[in-house]
Amino acid sequence: MTGVVGAVLEAWDELRVHKVRVLLALVGVAVAVCAITTITAAGEMLRQVSAEQNERWSGRAATLQVSAWPTGEGGSVMPSPAEYEQVFDEIVARYAVEHSSMLRNAPAPIRFPDGTREVYTTGVEVDWATMHRFEVTSGRWFTEADADRLAPALVVNQAFLDLLGGVGVAEHPTVTIGGENPVVATVVGAFPNDWPQAEPQAYVLVDAQAAWVTPESLEMTGPPSLELWVPDGLADGLVEAIQRDVAGALSGVQADVYRSDSASYSDVDGAIRWVVLGVSAIALLLGGLGLVNIALVTVRYRIREIGIRRSFGASSGRVFFSVLMESVVATTVAGVLGVTIAVVVLHNVPLDALMGSAVQDRPGFPFSAALTGMVAAVGVGAFAGLLPAIVAVRVKVIDAIRY
Amino acid sequence: MSLLELSGVTRSVLLPDDRELEILRGVDLTVGAGEHVSIVGRSGTGKSTLLNILGLLDAPTSGEYLLDGVPIGRLSGRARARRRGTDFGFVFQQFNLLQGRSALENVVAPLLYARGRQFWQRRTLAAEMLERVGLGDRLDTRPEKLSGGEQQRVAIARALVRVPRVILADEPTGALDVDTGSEVMDLLDTIAQENGSALIAITHDLAVASRASRQFRLGDGVLTPIAISARSAGSLGGLDATGDDVQAEHVARPFAAAAAHGEGDAA
Repeated sequence: MTGVVGAVLEAWDELRVHKVRVLLALVGVAVAVCAITTITAAGEMLRQVSAEQNERWSGRAATLQVSAWPTGEGGSVMPSPAEYEQVFDEIVARYAVEHSSMLRNAPAPIRFPDGTREVYTTGVEVDWATMHRFEVTSGRWFTEADADRLAPALVVNQAFLDLLGGVGVAEHPTVTIGGENPVVATVVGAFPNDWPQAEPQAYVLVDAQAAWVTPESLEMTGPPSLELWVPDGLADGLVEAIQRDVAGALSGVQADVYRSDSASYSDVDGAIRWVVLGVSAIALLLGGLGLVNIALVTVRYRIREIGIRRSFGASSGRVFFSVLMESVVATTVAGVLGVTIAVVVLHNVPLDALMGSAVQDRPGFPFSAALTGMVAAVGVGAFAGLLPAIVAVRVKVIDAIRY
Repeated sequence: MSLLELSGVTRSVLLPDDRELEILRGVDLTVGAGEHVSIVGRSGTGKSTLLNILGLLDAPTSGEYLLDGVPIGRLSGRARARRRGTDFGFVFQQFNLLQGRSALENVVAPLLYARGRQFWQRRTLAAEMLERVGLGDRLDTRPEKLSGGEQQRVAIARALVRVPRVILADEPTGALDVDTGSEVMDLLDTIAQENGSALIAITHDLAVASRASRQFRLGDGVLTPIAISARSAGSLGGLDATGDDVQAEHVARPFAAAAAHGEGDAA
């Protein structure tokens, strides 16, 4: 034990004495480690942003899309909304799916102050917001109680509100949805436009949508579909089972069940990871080469000292270990410094916002990034110390003392 | 049983032109515990090589070296390093102090290779040792701020802090003036005696050599016992640097290597 403690103390002492050299080594390695850690952490953040953006569009892992289109063969027609609803309810109950939502797109003639415009409404159920990480910026999302409202509740985008004269949700704006049986709907929540010049959009509970859905509109927008949020490991098995169930329950339809969430697009995720690793490796290599250079020069400068230490009883193994430890101790200190800087930087810079989208589940500083940084620091220290350590061991003691 | 015993030790090196250079030729030497031995000789006669072999820094080309009766050839590299640390203390002509470190840190350095109490109480032991050599008030002073004599005192403290059984001094006064050299040798003798350590000194200085209980001359790789009287050494001390021609006039009587133990003209 005294051997290891002694070697570490010796290494630390050596670093303390050669402060300038250590500082030079520290700067290079600390910058490299900081870069690696920041890139790794930013990569994690980017993945989270990417994942959340994907989840907004296509649901969380694992989201299954269930649809049933009439084949038209043998004069088959589209089943009625009630038939779809019944089959979908049976599936949700049979597989005890905790989060599910029926989904139906339907155009609705909405009477804005400047005239009636056809707006695509998306009929959803309450769970849909959870399944898609959907958040309103003002007002609220639907609740189960909204199903009992006489005036349907709407969650609309900013473009919709602008057409209403720029009123706020807090003013409980109402809008008349025309058609054969006009209904007055109340805006309860709002969300930002997905892009500039976005068309007005509205979400509504799928049951309330029945007031303006017609068979003709369904022919145009397609039948309702069902989204299920199921455990990742069960997804593949459920796809087959549900496909069989829907095909059996609805005649004359082509049942499609597929997984739509971002986890199924692992190629993109893999590409990001490889880019991050590549950049990190280059940064590490540069830091390591600088350290090797400094360490080699230093060993030449210390040949006499190595000889003197051999006269104290240092074995060649101990000399090797001590020289190696000098690099490792230096880069470990540099690693701690680099990781600390990375943590401070990432804590204070809203990377997710810079990437264009604030994340809902903002990840803490990834432990894996800190670990990667420290492993890289220790690794590059060992790598950089190896060559000087070999040179140190090869020094002839007698020549070294006379050096 | 002798502490050290060299029998027919040779050391040769291969020159770049493939010729073999014999540095030591059949050296016989026996040193007992606590004994003081000096070796004189011209530069390049192999004195340092002999000292390196004795201190396990180098190995003989042929012959036998027994340490406590055990042939050193049987020891592994690691065991030799361990014995070097525990049994030998080196004092160099140019002091060879570690730059950038204080006197205390220099004396602590050998204790980093020790075990047990010596390792864990290294700073205390080093401070005590520096106190013994009269540098108790210069613990934190760096070598470059010390005089030559003080630097050699630090080197002596460093060589003795692990209480070695043998002190190997290579021209210990070579870089010092006569008076300072004498003081340093007094100190070295005193502490070596107090510790019971054997002292083997290589020197050009006959005054230094005359302090030893036995003296030898190394010439052309051959070790020959000689005798240097204190009187003659005193008149020559520090003046002649060869120990070659001068010593012949002061040999009191020829020494038979085997019978030489403690019988030389003591200083």
